[in-house]
Amino acid sequence: MRREADLVEGGWGRFAWPLLVMIFCVSSLQPPCTSAETAISAPQDIQVFDTPNDGGGSLTVQWAPTPGDGPDIRYQVLLAKAPAADPATFTIIAEFPANTKYIKDTKTAWWTRKAEKTWHQAVIKSAKNIEVTDGTAYAVALAAVQGDQRVFSPVSVATPSPDWFNWNQLNNLIIAVSFCGLVFYTISYAKRNEIFLRRIPGLDAVDEAIGRATELGKPILYMTGAHDLHDPSTIAAAVILGKVAKRAALYETELMVPHREPITMAVCQEITKQAYLEAGKPDLFKEDANFFITPDQFSYTAAVDGIMLRKKPAANFFMGHYFAESLLLTETGASTGAIQIAGTDADHQLPFFVTTCDYTLIGEELYAASAYLSREPVQVGTLRGQDIGKAVVLSAIAVGTVLATVGVITGAQWPQIVLDLFRDLK
Amino acid sequence: MIFLRRQLPLLITMVTGLLFAAQYYVPHPASEQMLTSATKWLQIIGGFALILGVTSLFHQHAVKIGRKEAGWGYSLVLYAAMLGTIAAGLWANGKESLDGAMTAFGWVYNYMMVPLQGTMFAILAFFIASAAYRSFRARSREAAILLVAAVIVMMGRVPLGEYLIPLSGDVSSWILNVLNASVRRAILIGVSLGAIALSFKIIFGVERSYLGGGKE
Repeated sequence: MRREADLVEGGWGRFAWPLLVMIFCVSSLQPPCTSAETAISAPQDIQVFDTPNDGGGSLTVQWAPTPGDGPDIRYQVLLAKAPAADPATFTIIAEFPANTKYIKDTKTAWWTRKAEKTWHQAVIKSAKNIEVTDGTAYAVALAAVQGDQRVFSPVSVATPSPDWFNWNQLNNLIIAVSFCGLVFYTISYAKRNEIFLRRIPGLDAVDEAIGRATELGKPILYMTGAHDLHDPSTIAAAVILGKVAKRAALYETELMVPHREPITMAVCQEITKQAYLEAGKPDLFKEDANFFITPDQFSYTAAVDGIMLRKKPAANFFMGHYFAESLLLTETGASTGAIQIAGTDADHQLPFFVTTCDYTLIGEELYAASAYLSREPVQVGTLRGQDIGKAVVLSAIAVGTVLATVGVITGAQWPQIVLDLFRDLK
Repeated sequence: MIFLRRQLPLLITMVTGLLFAAQYYVPHPASEQMLTSATKWLQIIGGFALILGVTSLFHQHAVKIGRKEAGWGYSLVLYAAMLGTIAAGLWANGKESLDGAMTAFGWVYNYMMVPLQGTMFAILAFFIASAAYRSFRARSREAAILLVAAVIVMMGRVPLGEYLIPLSGDVSSWILNVLNASVRRAILIGVSLGAIALSFKIIFGVERSYLGGGKE
């Protein structure tokens, strides 16, 4: 017993009481300390409004970041039809970690931004249990959640509605209108001044190809591509057809234009007819010079390959947009010994055209063909406008690269003001 | 008359062109509705235009058969195939299978159309080989550069090639991602500007040869 008493009073006893007191103090202080460290605050400065620049059916909520934002705290976006007032009864529309969903992550420009880029933003749309409809007022609140704690922001009310203009695309509109103005200025300039056009061998060879077909007494085969008239490349091909048909009429050479699309066929028939009229050879025009085959890609290819092998045209023109059939057509044409001229904006098919055709109009040269062949000031002026446009685009790329680099290196925000002007924002 | 042939089509082109260019900037549901309606109308017009195309096709081949032109037998095959497929399609109500059983229309599609399309596509491999043979003969400095670049890219894109020449993978990627991509982008910029300029010309009536050429 003595031994035990010694242990308590003399040995352990001397430290046990202060230790117990200390543990008690610490343990009694611990809950308030923990509570102070993890106490979460309600989202601050909450702003709820109709989502701008959209087709309706959505609201946007923005709120200020707090120093405690981290992965262990979660934000909940709560929604109910107005005039609901108790956020605890609202529907949870979205829940995400507090260190996510910032305005800087969204594709918006500085001229439409309503808050700092460091603020949080969430877009509210129809969910499983609640539908967001235009013209209805909704009560929106935010909740910060950590463990069992859940604190609510004040409730805000907003009404969604559709918009008549997307202000995010203002830069796009300004650039488009500026380019339009530039094209019309260069057209008026070209009417008063001579504009130099660089030589395009593929277009110089058009006469050569038609002349060769005339000498050999063989027909000319002209294709307008895989797309219909929605595609500018098909329109460009149809415009070039007019020039080719006029030369063919002058040289009295047969022209064959197989089509994949009936409306394109009808338009090309009119173009060809007009070309023969202008050439003073309306009697040579044949209604079935333009004929329909099929919209099916490989059936069309097989049919045209058959025409090439049976009729052996002396000149083949491949203008417009093409897909996998490009090589099947041009390689067959090359095997018949025809002179072949291609013009396409399909960059994936360019290698096939370049390897199998005698001349290839690359990309924009297809659109320049009409101006090159006609030499009309109105057409030539457009080319000058395109060239200036290209210079502007290249300058913007160069300046943008420098500004983006400066922005990354220095961390400055001002380069973004310029860069936003050239961003594609939806 | 000139109004109906020239001015009215140009007016319609300008109004619709500007309307649908503006539609791109208007997110309102009414704008989306307009686009959807126009797309449906285009599909309907396209469907009716197909009658025009099929009439042209029948007429062309009827003339060939009538004149007994070279290869007129193929025109007979076309008539037989088209009328047969239309009959099978009407019989099967346009369905490829009924109650799990393949219809005649489905048989034509699956056992004739699909293999024929596959055959045409497969021929592409031989055409690529013959085109490559002609193009890659190093007759000029440009052709030699093309040949060298093509060999490196081909080696770098297959496991065996990269195993034999380990550097070919990186060089191939560099050729594709730097040289090739930059040239493609340059072409795309030119194409885009050309297409936009052509669109402006059509909308504002500067380019009107698609209406049948001439300057009135």
